[in-house]
Amino acid sequence: MSNQNSRRQFLKLGLAAGGGALCARYAFAAPAVTDARFVFIIQRGALDGLSAVPPYADPDYARLREQLAIGAPGSAGGALALDHLFGLNPGLSFVHEAFAAHEALIFHAVATPYRERSHFDGQDVLESGLTQPHASQVGWLNRAVAGLPPGAAHGAELGIALGQNVPLVLRGPAPIASWSPSKLPDIDDDTLQRIADRYASDPLLSQRLSEALATNRIAGESSDIAEASTSGASASMASVNSAAAAARPGPARYIETVQTAANFLKREDGPAVAVFDTTGWDTHFNEGGAQGQLTLRLGVLDAALRSLKDSLGATWSRTAVLIATEFGRTAAANGTRGTDHGTGAAALLLGGAVQGGRVVCDWPGLSARALYEGRDLRPTLDLRSVIKTVLRDHLKISARTLDAEVFPAHGLPYVADLIRA
Amino acid sequence: MTLEAAAAIAANRFGLGARPGDLPGIGSDPRGWLRTQLRGGAPLLASDALPSTAQILAGVEPILAERRAARRLRPESTPDAAAAPGEAAATAAVAMRLPQYLRPIYISDSRARWRAAIDSDRPLAERLVHFWSNHFAVSVDKLAVLGIAGSFEREAIRPHVMGRFHELLLAVETHPAMLLYLDNQQSVGPNSQLARRAAGRGRAIGLNENLAREILELHTLGVDGGYTQADVTSFAKVLTGWSLGGGQGRLARGATGTFVFRPNVHEPGAQTVLRKRYAEDDQAQGLAVLADLALAPATAHHIAVKLARHFIADDPPAAAVESIARAFEHSGGDLPVVYAALIDSPRAWDEPTAKFKTPQDYLFSLGRGLELPPESEPRLMSAFDLLGQRQFSPGSPAGWPDRSSDWDGASALMKRIELSDAVAQKLGDRRDAMQLAPQLLGGTLTEATRQSIARAASPAQALALLLTAPEFMRR
Repeated sequence: MSNQNSRRQFLKLGLAAGGGALCARYAFAAPAVTDARFVFIIQRGALDGLSAVPPYADPDYARLREQLAIGAPGSAGGALALDHLFGLNPGLSFVHEAFAAHEALIFHAVATPYRERSHFDGQDVLESGLTQPHASQVGWLNRAVAGLPPGAAHGAELGIALGQNVPLVLRGPAPIASWSPSKLPDIDDDTLQRIADRYASDPLLSQRLSEALATNRIAGESSDIAEASTSGASASMASVNSAAAAARPGPARYIETVQTAANFLKREDGPAVAVFDTTGWDTHFNEGGAQGQLTLRLGVLDAALRSLKDSLGATWSRTAVLIATEFGRTAAANGTRGTDHGTGAAALLLGGAVQGGRVVCDWPGLSARALYEGRDLRPTLDLRSVIKTVLRDHLKISARTLDAEVFPAHGLPYVADLIRA
Repeated sequence: MTLEAAAAIAANRFGLGARPGDLPGIGSDPRGWLRTQLRGGAPLLASDALPSTAQILAGVEPILAERRAARRLRPESTPDAAAAPGEAAATAAVAMRLPQYLRPIYISDSRARWRAAIDSDRPLAERLVHFWSNHFAVSVDKLAVLGIAGSFEREAIRPHVMGRFHELLLAVETHPAMLLYLDNQQSVGPNSQLARRAAGRGRAIGLNENLAREILELHTLGVDGGYTQADVTSFAKVLTGWSLGGGQGRLARGATGTFVFRPNVHEPGAQTVLRKRYAEDDQAQGLAVLADLALAPATAHHIAVKLARHFIADDPPAAAVESIARAFEHSGGDLPVVYAALIDSPRAWDEPTAKFKTPQDYLFSLGRGLELPPESEPRLMSAFDLLGQRQFSPGSPAGWPDRSSDWDGASALMKRIELSDAVAQKLGDRRDAMQLAPQLLGGTLTEATRQSIARAASPAQALALLLTAPEFMRR
């Protein structure tokens, strides 16, 4: 494996020596200045914040939630204690530990500016960082890393998407890598060189190929993990069979992803930010309470976060991880033991760089009058304010860039004390 | 645009990729070649060996019954595997029985779909099947759909692809796969007989608005189609009772695995959807709403945008969208008329390789171009997964995305290259890339690609260079 990697590295250098568009960007690679690392985890499908972070002491909570309600800390299957109003879903034991260690912040009644209930438009707004869906093909995190302080051009790529393709939040002019494990045999360098030559006149394909080569080299360190986790599975029908496996989340579902992310982020010349998707949050039916489906899925995510911390080692102290969804779900359970699309949601920020141990929230309550449009948790905090603060205080993006480029909304306020000084 | 390039566009963009010999057959009338494919009726699957949805779901019943029995045996309070290892293993074995039963059906349908795409002499019709299947997406990552995503396409999509949009819509929204995928069989009118009886026993059951929302947002009007949350809720009430046959005791009604309307679950009374009052009783209420949605101008526009994006460009030209939408409105959603407007859009023929192929596009065109034999199917089925687009699994009711940026990631490209190389290693000595290149790419073959193939060090490398060429990556 290491042999293959060094060959790839050689090939990449060979391409650079060959000149042309393929290599131009690598000339700018420079040692890191900002050593902060940021991970953004998207929860696609609208996570139920009232179940992830149950407001167990709210007088309307148990009535609205019926059998979905999670009980007070100390009760059977009860929430993990946060404060006098909120607890954590029992699946989130690592987040709870991080909260106790002052390394996790919880945001509640938070939302993007989007106020309709389409997943796909909601995710578009979450990722573009703008106020309307489909307003841009560039994501807020791409605009942000483009504004990293001069000299902080980490490696060739400023960010990495853990997946075959780059999600909107990272799309844009700033160079971004994508990585996913490959079960295919490596191609020989001569053929690859010829393909690269043929792509030289094709701006998109040449850029993508050079990104892939740079990324594969770095990912080499995690490929042993990748192979270990797929060994024994024949690459043919096993992958077809995973169609069914995907229906039930295995406890290791995101482990390889976070370990690879950690390997990239740990490198001094590695990307400053990583993004990956999680799915399965659209709980219209049979969402379950303290031992239900959603708790199970939160447990899978929680295990991945624990693994991320372990894999990052010392880098964890320089890391902030934001976990957010496109919108929340209805305050009341629906007629099928689940919840429908709502508005106000919960979000998590954790990591060694986070000034944690609090629930950041202006709680609007769950009374009939308090609910947004009579059905949803009313948002009292703009998610973009949280993001903007993390970008300024953690990644050191200038306030000017944030206001001019990243969130061109007028006067979006910051949130105090999210990142350790 | 040369005639040769137009033929390649017809075969590769509108079709699923040229086979050797296809381009000369298209000859001097590419538009005519496409229009001919719109005639000849519904593109049904030739194979009749595949089971119907009703047959598949009938096979599920005994497995579910067994599972219920196993649950009854197991005391709720001891989920601890250590306490009763044999029992836990037995429960796990029962839990696995459902996927074990459904997976082979899924694989048979995936293969049949592949074979149809590879062999079809009406590749435009086949692409349209895929288009509508994706427009009305169900996804096998929901276990309930694993066995019936294929039969959904065979029963609800294929028979209506050359019919009227209204018929297609109706077939989709009454198909068990869609009802299960979007939870509608669970949705209960809050004032229905069943809800009142449950309330009497202290149990609250009621609406699930999943299907109603996605019909409005994804299937008909589009997200900007002018509906409100109140419309979603009312429409969800209209659709209560749209369910599946089967059930036990008092709930027993209709044949297992087929659509059934359940009056005792339906919300009584008139509902207002999009400012129109629907006073019909029972199923007729939902049929009336769907009939109106099918003909709404917003629906025409939404479908036109999606067709134009799929066939012309990621950001479709307004003029093309407008002419397709007009054809939809004027014909009352007569789909072949709509497709003809698409074919007649001048912009569809401007840019030879405007669309980056999705992994499915790519694999279908590779299979057709190389005339892959049936023995290659198992390996090819896993290739869909490796390239990130497993068949019947878009993962969301919005279906697979349809823009270059959704598919052209660095890692995605690398996998495509590695796969092409693996295929070329296997077939390089039996396919002549130099000969194939003009047969597959026709007037879109560039001199740069021709030269890179000609200078290749081996036949396998030549084939890899053809399969990774920029003009083969696009359509």
